[in-house]
Amino acid sequence: MVIDSISNGIVIDHITSGKSMVLYRYLNLEKLTCSVAIIKNAPSSKNGKKDIIKIDELIDINVDMLGYLDPGVSVNIIKDGVIVNKFQPELPERLIGVIKCKNPRCISQEEQELTHIFKLTDREKRIYRCIYCEAGSSAVN
Amino acid sequence: MRSIIDILDLSVEEIDSLINTACDIIENPDKYCDKCKRKKLATLFFEPSTRTRLSFEAAMYELGGNVIGFSAANNSSAAKGESVSDTVKTVSCYADIIAMRHPKEGAPMVASMAASVPVINAGDGGHNHPTQTLADLLTIYREKGSFNNLTVGLCGDLKFGRTVHSLINALSRYSGINFILISPDELKLPDYVTNNVLKKYNIPYEETTDLLEAMPKLDILYMTRVQRERFFNEQDYIRLKDSYILTPDKLDTAKQDLCIMHPLPRVNEISVAVDNDKRACYFKQVKNGKYMRMALILMLLGVE
Repeated sequence: MVIDSISNGIVIDHITSGKSMVLYRYLNLEKLTCSVAIIKNAPSSKNGKKDIIKIDELIDINVDMLGYLDPGVSVNIIKDGVIVNKFQPELPERLIGVIKCKNPRCISQEEQELTHIFKLTDREKRIYRCIYCEAGSSAVN
Repeated sequence: MRSIIDILDLSVEEIDSLINTACDIIENPDKYCDKCKRKKLATLFFEPSTRTRLSFEAAMYELGGNVIGFSAANNSSAAKGESVSDTVKTVSCYADIIAMRHPKEGAPMVASMAASVPVINAGDGGHNHPTQTLADLLTIYREKGSFNNLTVGLCGDLKFGRTVHSLINALSRYSGINFILISPDELKLPDYVTNNVLKKYNIPYEETTDLLEAMPKLDILYMTRVQRERFFNEQDYIRLKDSYILTPDKLDTAKQDLCIMHPLPRVNEISVAVDNDKRACYFKQVKNGKYMRMALILMLLGVE
């Protein structure tokens, strides 16, 4: 299958196979008016299969969100047909406005417009805790 | 400007300093009677309290200051839906320091982010209660002389008992502490305390359901109430509320210098007959709490 290469945009590569739609939704890519290609189950020398998202425009993407949802991805920033920056988002130390606390006793459930903030407390087990109530939340695998 | 939301907001050295100040207040109360003249403490209690609110108020009066505030959410604009942030921004215009109790976990932290004066967490749901811990620490210090090499039994509701979580955090910073966690399976210490404190810092602990078996080993027995207000299901509360009731006969095998503590209020988990035992320290905790709150108010207001 051939997808045109992009000259100015972003390629999110090495997405865990089957996760591209999750990233698509969380990154709000459906709101873009430019071309967005989702390639599922592309061959991968490392994992056998992978997904890829190509965005035909340079946009601000939420790197923390990417690192949280699928820390193995690589992000390629392309300008004039050349990769000018390539990086792998890490599991972020803090998640600001990414996930919501589910503890019904937490103040974040009722305080008006309070930003939900989580801090990483166990990188190995990928555990985040709400800064307000300390309830835990595991990063998506 | 600084707030105290969690007992870990205070270093070991600062806790030592607060204990020294509290002991000096006990010895020389007259020296402190005008320290907070013209200062106002706001007690914002969105949840009922006897001891904590009155203790804060008594503390401020004994420092020569004044007190404003409310003692229930329905006495404030919270009943109209006002946010915690807006409430404390308003109160910051009137008071020099705020003590807040709120049923929602994390509410005092939200308050401290919005307020322009220091905020003291006076209890947030089942989460933290740092000034109770300060009262507990002064009691242990005065009864035992130090915080090192103690076997501390925590008994009852260890899941929702905020005083227990704060006390574990505080005592884990001293050497030779050994915890015995006594609770029904349903009310065991939450994983985040076990993993983030006890296991993380290699603090020796054992979990048991048997108070009598643990009794002879204990230097401190910290009893807690099973709190009706923390349960969503009344049946669960009824099933668990009488799990542990301390009576004089259960103390037969206890050490002679055991220190029996309870954050109060009690319902029936310590028999009134135990009050006459010289090892009962829970009303001393109440008094010690006032002195530690005085010391904390002085520290946060920067009063020498």
